[in-house]
Amino acid sequence: MTEVVEAGPSLRGARLRLSAALWRRPWLKAAGLLALPVLAFLVVYVGSLAALFVSSFWQVDAFTGKVVHDWTLDNFSTIIHDSVYRQIILRTILMAAAVTLTDAVLAFPLAFFMARIAPRRLRLVLFVLVLLPLWSSYLVRIYSWRLILAKNGALNWALNSIGLPDAGLAYTNTAMWIVFSYVWLPFMILPVYAALERIPQNYLEASGDLGARGWRTFRSVILPLALPGVIAGSIFTFSLTLGDFITPALVGGGKHNFIGNVVEEQIGINGNVPFAAALASVPVLVMGIYLVVAKRLGAFEAL
Amino acid sequence: MRGTRIGLAVWTVLVMAFLWIPILIIMVYAFNGSVLQTWPIESWTFHWFRVAWDEPEVRNSLWLSLKVGLAATAIALVLGSAASFAIHRFSFFGRESISFLLLLPIALPGIITGMALNSFYVFAGVSFSIWTIVIGHATFCVVVVYNNVLARLRRTSPSLVEASMDLGADGWQTFRYVIWPVLSTALIAGGLLAFALSFDEVIVTTFTAGAQTTLPIFILDNIQRGQQLPVVNAVVFVVILLTVIPVVISQRLTHDSGLLSSR
Repeated sequence: MTEVVEAGPSLRGARLRLSAALWRRPWLKAAGLLALPVLAFLVVYVGSLAALFVSSFWQVDAFTGKVVHDWTLDNFSTIIHDSVYRQIILRTILMAAAVTLTDAVLAFPLAFFMARIAPRRLRLVLFVLVLLPLWSSYLVRIYSWRLILAKNGALNWALNSIGLPDAGLAYTNTAMWIVFSYVWLPFMILPVYAALERIPQNYLEASGDLGARGWRTFRSVILPLALPGVIAGSIFTFSLTLGDFITPALVGGGKHNFIGNVVEEQIGINGNVPFAAALASVPVLVMGIYLVVAKRLGAFEAL
Repeated sequence: MRGTRIGLAVWTVLVMAFLWIPILIIMVYAFNGSVLQTWPIESWTFHWFRVAWDEPEVRNSLWLSLKVGLAATAIALVLGSAASFAIHRFSFFGRESISFLLLLPIALPGIITGMALNSFYVFAGVSFSIWTIVIGHATFCVVVVYNNVLARLRRTSPSLVEASMDLGADGWQTFRYVIWPVLSTALIAGGLLAFALSFDEVIVTTFTAGAQTTLPIFILDNIQRGQQLPVVNAVVFVVILLTVIPVVISQRLTHDSGLLSSR
């Protein structure tokens, strides 16, 4: 009897044997599950990054405008030696640093209030209020600031109505600093909140029992434990600022270039992919160093 | 201590106002009766929604954005959940680097992902189509599903699966009656977030769309040229709603941020 059953085309039997075989050999299942996503990612993503990197060593023929596959370091040497590009890189990195610092200062007290003081219901409400701007269109939020900061916008209206003169912020670096800080702020709040929420209450009590006052507890217990959260947030704020070209385009007015919009122009207007690729390797390099340092400081556990 | 609490509460209110006032202002502009985008708004109308709806360019880009969002979400669901199963269940050589690899598209600036895919397409001779956009969006949508499913798996006891196997269930039955009920809300939440992310993405899209126009590209083009701003405002209103609603639902399903994998 059993022979008949086994010889018969029993789908259920086959399925059972298959799942048993997979259960006995977990590596096989792991390979099967992972093969598809990893292959897709390797081919498309890493392959693309590699193609980008390789093309940064090529150049564009000045007459035909076509990419020539001659190996050269010209693009990199222009970026290093031309003071215009040095300034653009420096300006972008300084902006990213200023934005990161601003967001950390804005986010920390709020995250602390959310995590340690607000009652449960209020905490949930605040959490959603931070989450929604994070996921809602950042293009739209930048556009809103373009209207707010405009000469006849809401900011000047508010200032005038309390008797102050126009702010004159439209299309300035200050405007970009405000808008960058604004759009990336939720990316800072959430990791800091997560880090603060995880601090056990009895650590704070122990600190108090050992005679530490509020400030001392904050400096010696809360801050070190929250730091990985701040660094995790700073990965986002820093990286997003380094590569953005929408904010310079919409609220910066094109007077001062940033890495993002120069790269975008090189591709979109000049068609110079090799040079754009070489310039884009700057933020990759900066973020690479940043990620290594962040990993050392334990930020990945806070992500 | 009391003073500190009040100070923190006031700070929280101020930062929340900073976060929300611009969003409320841009939503109000959709009802602006004037073609000039000045403040305060003098007259009110629903007229621009009608105009936007009748505009073929708006309809086409809305349709393209919806299709791209759905396709990218579908790919993200398959790849993201497969990867999270594998990472959760097994430890193997290179496990950490796979997590890292999946995180890369959101850790690197969007312009890098966009340019990289752009040069890949040019390199491989792929002409721009809806699929070039979908692949671009899928790269950063995968990690959202991955984080959501992984967080759920970490909170689920592995003994549930073992018990199901011991009771004689095969792989499919275990999946259908044990794993799926536990994971379904995490998958739906991850999918909704992935859709919200794709629907309003603009940077990677710029580099992978060629001459096609998604809704965010339509918005960006018209803002930069200063054209059809009343129509743009109406479209913006709809975009905000279409991204806010999935996020609220996904939040109700998981209580996760979708960005951080809680463990």
